[in-house]
Amino acid sequence: MLILDCPYCGVTAEETEFHGGGEAHLKRFGPGSSDEDFEGYLFHRENPRGVHFERWRHVNGCGKWFHVARDTATLEVFGSYSAQVTEPPQEIRDAITAKRPGWRWREFA
Amino acid sequence: MSEAVSALAGAGFDGIARVEEAGQVGMVTLRGDLDSAAMVKAVKTATDAAVPGQRAITRAGGYAVAWMSPDELLITCDHDKADAVVNSLAKSLAGAQFLAVNVSDARAVFDVSGAQARDVLAKLMPVDFSRAAFGPDIIRRSRLAQVPAAVWMSADDTFRVVCFRSVARYLFDVLCMAAQDGSEVGVLG
Repeated sequence: MLILDCPYCGVTAEETEFHGGGEAHLKRFGPGSSDEDFEGYLFHRENPRGVHFERWRHVNGCGKWFHVARDTATLEVFGSYSAQVTEPPQEIRDAITAKRPGWRWREFA
Repeated sequence: MSEAVSALAGAGFDGIARVEEAGQVGMVTLRGDLDSAAMVKAVKTATDAAVPGQRAITRAGGYAVAWMSPDELLITCDHDKADAVVNSLAKSLAGAQFLAVNVSDARAVFDVSGAQARDVLAKLMPVDFSRAAFGPDIIRRSRLAQVPAAVWMSADDTFRVVCFRSVARYLFDVLCMAAQDGSEVGVLG
């Protein structure tokens, strides 16, 4: 069971109050992009054992989407942050580095 | 025009806590920029209450204003006053981007009261209902059994639960089950 913080409500609640929305920070490749880029955008997903970034929705609360950084192996949550960003903020990266030195996830580290 | 009725016609149940449908309650959903001066003034004009902070509820007279999300408020009032609140908000906020809708008949409202009320709700919701954590100035939106619900305290040992009207019967039944005689938990009471 995950315990997540909603950055919009300030609520700390358990997983059943939220709904997972898949991988975070997907970059959309639309019309005019190469077939490889479009295929990657549609189908290619990270499936790491360790640090992972996901989108979640506070479906039974304020209804807002947000981002969560967590460890898929230990279920440890490193932090949650606004949905209005295209990459993890520095304080989230620092929190992960403090516990998982040398982590990498897609182009982020 | 047809006569408006509440979802369960005031159904009630007495167990370790009293569960009662609160009947018709006026409710207005207001969305917009909650920090704007126009919004603060509009809410003050319509209800005489202040715009609540995060997860807070403010009250004035028969009106209560609850924080639902960073851009949404729920105003509760007498059922026949809801249209007047919408009109007042629309007048005050003319020109700004906002949404004010009378949702009174889209919701069902229940009161759970009695010394065991905290325990009854704690059985159903993943929320800390201890006296230290849940006071009269808080609104909490969460899950009640399998449906979304909002809950706040309307008096000592009395909790008001709001859900969508379509799940009113389910919510009432599951509250009654949690409040059945002999099911005291005795932790939060």
